Amino acid sequence: MQCNICSVLSKMAELGAGSLLTGDPAFNYQEHELNERLKRLYPAVNEEETPLPRSWSPKDKYSYIGLSQNNLRVHYKGHGKNHKDAASVRATHPIPAACGIYYFEVKIVSKGRDGYMGIGLSAQGVNMNRLPGWDKHSYGYHGDDGHSFCSSGTGQPYGPTFTTGDVIGCCVNLINNTCFYTKNGHTLSFCPCLSFQPNLYPTVGLQTPGEIVDANFGQQPFVFDIEDYMSEWRAKIHSMIARFPIGERLGDWQAVLQNMVSSYLVHHGYCATAMTFARATETMIQEDQTSIKNRQRIQKLVLAGRVGEAIDATQQLYPGLLEHDPNLLFMLKCRQFVEMVNGTDSEVRCFSARSPKSQDSYPGSPNLSPRHGATNAHLHNTGADSPTCSNGVTPTNKNKSHNKYTGVSSASSSPSSSPSSVNYSESNSTDSTKSQPHSATSNQETSDSEMEIEAEHYSNGVTESSTRIMNGTYKHQEILQADDNSVDDSCSSRQLCGGNQAATERMIQFGRELQALSEQLCRQYGKNATHKKMLQDAFSLLAYSDPWNCPVGQQLDPMQREAICSALNSAILESQNLPKQPPLMLALGQATECVQLMAKVRSGSCSFARVDNFLH
Amino acid sequence: MMACLLEAPLRISVLSEVTATSRHYVDRLFDADPQNVLQGVIDMKNAVIGNNKQKANLIVLGAVPRLLYLLQQSSSSLELRTECAVVLGSLAMGTENNIKSLVDCHIIPALLQGLLCSDLIFIEACLRCLRTVFISPVTPVQLLYTDPTVIPHLMSLLSRSRHTQEYITQIFAHCCKTPEHQTVLFNHGAIQNIAPLLISPSDKVRMQALKCFSVLAYENTQVSMTLVNVLVDGEQLSQVFVRMMQRDKPIEMQLTAAKCLTYMCRAGAIRTDDNCIVLKTLPCLVRMCSKERLLEERVEGAETLAYLMEPDVELQRIASVTDHLVSMLADYFKYPSSVSAITDIKRLDHDLKHAHELRQAAFKLYASLGSNDEDIRKKITETENMMDRIVSGLSESSIKVRLAAVRCLHSLSRSVQQLRTSFHDHAVWKPLMKLLQNAPDEVLVMASSTLCNLLLEFSPSKEPILDSGVIELLCSLTQSDSPALRVNGIWALMNMAFQADQKVKVEIVRALGTEQLFRLLSDPDTNVLMKTLGLLRNLLSTRPHIDQIMSSHGKQIMQAVTLILEGEHSIEVKEQTLCILANIADGNTAKELIMTNDDMLQKIKYYMGHSNVKLQLAATFCISNLIWNEEDGSQERQDKLKDMGFVDILHKLTQASDPNLCDRAKTAMQQYLA
Repeated sequence: MQCNICSVLSKMAELGAGSLLTGDPAFNYQEHELNERLKRLYPAVNEEETPLPRSWSPKDKYSYIGLSQNNLRVHYKGHGKNHKDAASVRATHPIPAACGIYYFEVKIVSKGRDGYMGIGLSAQGVNMNRLPGWDKHSYGYHGDDGHSFCSSGTGQPYGPTFTTGDVIGCCVNLINNTCFYTKNGHTLSFCPCLSFQPNLYPTVGLQTPGEIVDANFGQQPFVFDIEDYMSEWRAKIHSMIARFPIGERLGDWQAVLQNMVSSYLVHHGYCATAMTFARATETMIQEDQTSIKNRQRIQKLVLAGRVGEAIDATQQLYPGLLEHDPNLLFMLKCRQFVEMVNGTDSEVRCFSARSPKSQDSYPGSPNLSPRHGATNAHLHNTGADSPTCSNGVTPTNKNKSHNKYTGVSSASSSPSSSPSSVNYSESNSTDSTKSQPHSATSNQETSDSEMEIEAEHYSNGVTESSTRIMNGTYKHQEILQADDNSVDDSCSSRQLCGGNQAATERMIQFGRELQALSEQLCRQYGKNATHKKMLQDAFSLLAYSDPWNCPVGQQLDPMQREAICSALNSAILESQNLPKQPPLMLALGQATECVQLMAKVRSGSCSFARVDNFLH
Repeated sequence: MMACLLEAPLRISVLSEVTATSRHYVDRLFDADPQNVLQGVIDMKNAVIGNNKQKANLIVLGAVPRLLYLLQQSSSSLELRTECAVVLGSLAMGTENNIKSLVDCHIIPALLQGLLCSDLIFIEACLRCLRTVFISPVTPVQLLYTDPTVIPHLMSLLSRSRHTQEYITQIFAHCCKTPEHQTVLFNHGAIQNIAPLLISPSDKVRMQALKCFSVLAYENTQVSMTLVNVLVDGEQLSQVFVRMMQRDKPIEMQLTAAKCLTYMCRAGAIRTDDNCIVLKTLPCLVRMCSKERLLEERVEGAETLAYLMEPDVELQRIASVTDHLVSMLADYFKYPSSVSAITDIKRLDHDLKHAHELRQAAFKLYASLGSNDEDIRKKITETENMMDRIVSGLSESSIKVRLAAVRCLHSLSRSVQQLRTSFHDHAVWKPLMKLLQNAPDEVLVMASSTLCNLLLEFSPSKEPILDSGVIELLCSLTQSDSPALRVNGIWALMNMAFQADQKVKVEIVRALGTEQLFRLLSDPDTNVLMKTLGLLRNLLSTRPHIDQIMSSHGKQIMQAVTLILEGEHSIEVKEQTLCILANIADGNTAKELIMTNDDMLQKIKYYMGHSNVKLQLAATFCISNLIWNEEDGSQERQDKLKDMGFVDILHKLTQASDPNLCDRAKTAMQQYLA
C-alpha cells in the first residue's frame, strides 16, 4: 500500500517545475536526474508544501555575489578588501524536516585570491554581507583555516582546510539535530554546533575576488555516499520501531491484534474466514453471522451493478435505514440510473433477451480484495498512480485528497477497466435467492472462504456529507476466465440499456423519478450542489451516442461502484451501532496521519518511519 | 570409557543423587532392544538440552564412548546414529571441559567418518557437532588436517544444503590459522567453492563465507590475487564486499568485509587509491573505531585500519581527518571508566578485560597514522595526555601494550620537531631505556630503533641517554642473532658517534672492541655493514680523533678497508669505505698509513677512474686530503703522488662532466700550483 497522495502531489509538483524549464535538452536531462534523485533521497517530502532547495536564490543574496549556470554557480564580484566585503547566498528554499537527513555538496572551482570560502547553513533573514557561521542562526565550515563557525565570529578547529578542486558537503541530520561536513567524500565528524534552528537554508559565502563555487543539490551524483548514511539511519529507526517495548502488555497486545484482524474480516463480510479465525483464536465476534452475510450480499449486489436490488434488499433487511439517510438513498438511486445506462441494473436487465447461459453473467465491478502484497497474483498493477487515499483526520486535507483521487483515477482508466470489459461471475450468491430469480447455486461457505473472488472494498474516510475518502488499493483485476459471454458483453452489449427499447423507456421513467426525488430533497433540505452535480453527470450520459467514450463516461466504470458500496456498508454498520470502518484501517490511517504530522512539527525521523515500509 | 572417567576425578565428588537419574540414561544405551536404545537416546537428548550439569554427569558416567560406538556401528539404524550425533552435539555445547572430554574420546575422527554416509540429515547432525567442537579454543585445529581426505570431502559437501554450508564454512573460518592451512584450503578450491555462498539467501551462510575469505586472504598474496578475479553472479568479489560494508548491514559483516578488502589491498591485489579502499573500506574502519561500537569491534577496527594504511601516506592523511579519528582514539585509554568501577561490577569486568586490547590497538593505529606525515604526528602528540599515555604504556605489564606503545613512540620519533620538544619534555628515554634492559626481541627491535632516533645529534635526549650507560647495552645488541637488532645497535652507536666528544668515541671503541667491530664489517647483512662503516666514519672525524684512533687501531682499520675495497660489495658500501679513507687522509699522522701503503694508493687511483661518479668523487677527495698544502710534508706527498701519475688523472678529471667531480679535481690541482 502506498502513500499515494504524497507521490501524486510530488508528481504534480514536478510537472509544474518541469514546465518552467527552458528547452535546453541537457538541462532537461539534468532536471530529470535531479527529480529522480530527490525523490529517491527524500520520499517523505511533500514538495507542494515544502519544496526542496534546487538552486541558489537570485533574490536572497548579497550584491557582491554573482550567479550563473542555472543559479548553481556562485562567484565573487566585490572588492574583497577585508571581512566587511564578505557576501553570501542562500538556496531558494529551506530544508524540509521531512527529509530526515539532508545533504548538498559544493565544489570549489577556484579558491580565488585568498580562498576565504564558507559553506554551511543559515536561517532566513541572517545578514548576507557575512560568511555563514559568523552570526546567530548561521553555521559554516571555512576553507582558509578549516574551522567550524557556529553562530560566532570565532571558529573552532574542526577539519582540514579546503581549496580549488575540493568537494565539500554539508549533511544535516534532522533526526538527532546534528550536522557534519564532508571533504572529497570523507566525513569530518560532527560539527560542534549543539543546536540547530528549524528552516535552515543551504548557504555559501565568499570573500575574495576570483572565488567560484558550484553547488550540487542533487543534479549530479554526490561524491559522498549519502544514501549509505541514510540507510544506516533507516535501519536504526526501523529497529527502534521493531523493538518498541510493549512490556507487560504482551497478552493485551495479542488480543488487540486478533481483534484487528477479526473486525477487519467481519467488516468486509468475509464471514467464513472470520468465523474460522474466531474459532482458532478463541475470540468473540460482535456481529451475528446473519448480519454479516446480509451485508456481504448487499455489497455484492452493488458491486455487480445491481443497485436496484441492493436498495430493495437494504430496505427489506434494514428498514428505515435509507429513509433516515436521504443522501445515501439519492446517491444509490443516481448510481442505479448509471447502471441502467450501463445495462447492468436488474430493472433493465430483465428486458434484455439473452442466451440462458448469459443469465448468470453480469458485467460487474472488478473483483476487489485488499492487496496482500505480491501474493495476490490476480492483481495487475495499473501504475504508480493507483489511487490509495489515506484516512483524513484533518478536514482541510481531505477535500484536497479527494479531488486528487478522482483526478488520478480517471487518468488511470486503462482499456481493461472500461465498464463491460470485466465480468463478475456471480457464482456465489445462494444467500440472495429470495430476490434473485436467476442466481446460480453454489455453496456459500465455499465461496466465502475464497477471499480472492469476493468483491469487496473498504472505505476509511469520514462519511459526513458527500465527501468520501477511500482507503485501499484499487487495482484492476483481470479475471482470467475464458468466458465467452464476457467477450460477448464487452463487444456487443455496449449499447444504451443493453440496446433494449423497453429497458430504455424504463430508464427514462426512472430518470424522471430520480429528478422528482431530487426536487423533493431540495424542498425538504435545501439546495444541495453535490446532488445537483451528481444528477447532472448521470443525465449527461444520455447526451452522447456512445456514453462509454464520452467526457462523463467514467461514471460507467465499475470501479465507481466501490465508493457507494463502501458508504452503504458503513451506513448499515453504523445503524447497527457498529464501527463504520474497521479498526485496522483506522489505525493505518492514524499512523499515516501521525507521520505526516511529524513532518509538520519537524521531527525528522518521520522520513524513515513511513507506514508503507511496514505494509507487505 | 575409563579414560573419560579418569579425566575428571574432581567431578566425581560432586556427583550426588542426580547421578542416579543420569546413570539411568546411560544404562539405557546398553539395552538389548535397539528400539529401547533409540528411545533412550531421544530421552537423553531432551534431558541434556540447556542443562550443563546433566551434560557433565553423562560425560563422567561414560555416555560418550557408547554414543560414539552406536554412531559408528553400521548395524545401528540411521535414526539412532543421527540421534547420537545430536546428543553429542548437545554435549559439546556445554563447557570447555565437555569439549576436552569429547576430543579425548576421539569424537573428531568418528564424526568425520560419519560424513561419508549418504544421508543428509545424519551428515548435518555430524557437522553441527563438529562445528561446535572445532570452534572451541580448546580443540587443536590441526585435527582437521590430519586426514588429507577430509578437506576435499568437506568441499564436496558444501553443495548439499544450507546447513552443511553454514557449518563447514564456520569450521574453515575457525581452523584456518597458518599459511599452511590457507594453502591447503586454497589448493582444494576453497575460493571457487565458497564464493557463491556470499550471495546465499541465508544470513548465516553469507557471514561464515565472508569470514572464510578474511582468514584465507590474511597476509596471503596468492589468495588475494586470486580473489580480485573472482566473479560472483557476474559481479566482482570486491564489489560484493563493498556491498557487505553498507551501513545498514550487521556490524560484524561490515567489519569482516572491510578486513577482506584490507588484506587484498595489503597483498597488492587492490590499489591503495582504489575507490573501494579510499571511499569505502577506510571510512568503514574509521566507523568501527567510534564510541558507538562494542569494545571488541573497536579493537578489531583500529587494528585493521592501522594495517591498511601502514604503507600509504595518502590513506594516513585521509584517515587523520576522517571523523576526528585522532581524538576519537584518545577515548580508547579511558577504560575502565571511573563510572563503571563504582556502578557496575559486570561492566567493570568487561572493561578491564578489554582495556589492554583497546590501548594496544590505539597505539598501533597512532603508530600507523604518524609514520610519515609531520602534521599528523603533531596532531597526535597534541592529543590530550598522549605523551604521558605512551610513557606509561612503555612500562605496562602486558607485552602487547608495551610493544604497541614503543611502535607508536618510534613512529613519532621520526619527527625532528617532536624529538626536540615533547620527547624531551616527557623524558621518554627513561622508560625506553628501562624497556631495553629486559624485553623480548620484537620489543627490543622497536625500542632500539626508537633509541637510534633519540641519539640523533640534535636530540636533546642524547646527553642524558649517554649518561645512563647506553653504550654497553648497544654493544651487546650488536652481538644479537637478530640482524634487525644488530643493525639498530650499530646504528645507534653510529648516531651517537656523530660529532661526539673524544671521550665518547674512545668509550665506544673500547666497549665494542676492535674484534667485534671487524666482525661487524664482515656481517652478512649489508645494513649492518653500512652502519658499521658509518660508525667508523663518524669516529674518524676531526684530526686529533683520527690520529688517536688510527694510532691505536690503524693496522686493523687499514686491513678492513682493503678487504672491503677488494671484496664484492655494492657501490654504496665502497663509497662509504672510500670516505673513511678520505677521513684517514685528513689526519696528521694517520696520512702516513696511506702514503706508505702503495697498494692502497693504487686502489685509490683505480677508483678515481671508476665509471661511478660517486666513487670517483670519494677517491679524489681522499687524494685531495693527502696533497693539501698547509700541512707538514705536503711537498713530499705531492711529489710521490705526482710520480705515481695522480696529476694526470686529476687533470683528466678537471674535464669531467660532473660539476662536483670537476670542482674537486680543480681544487686538488691547485695544491700543486700553490
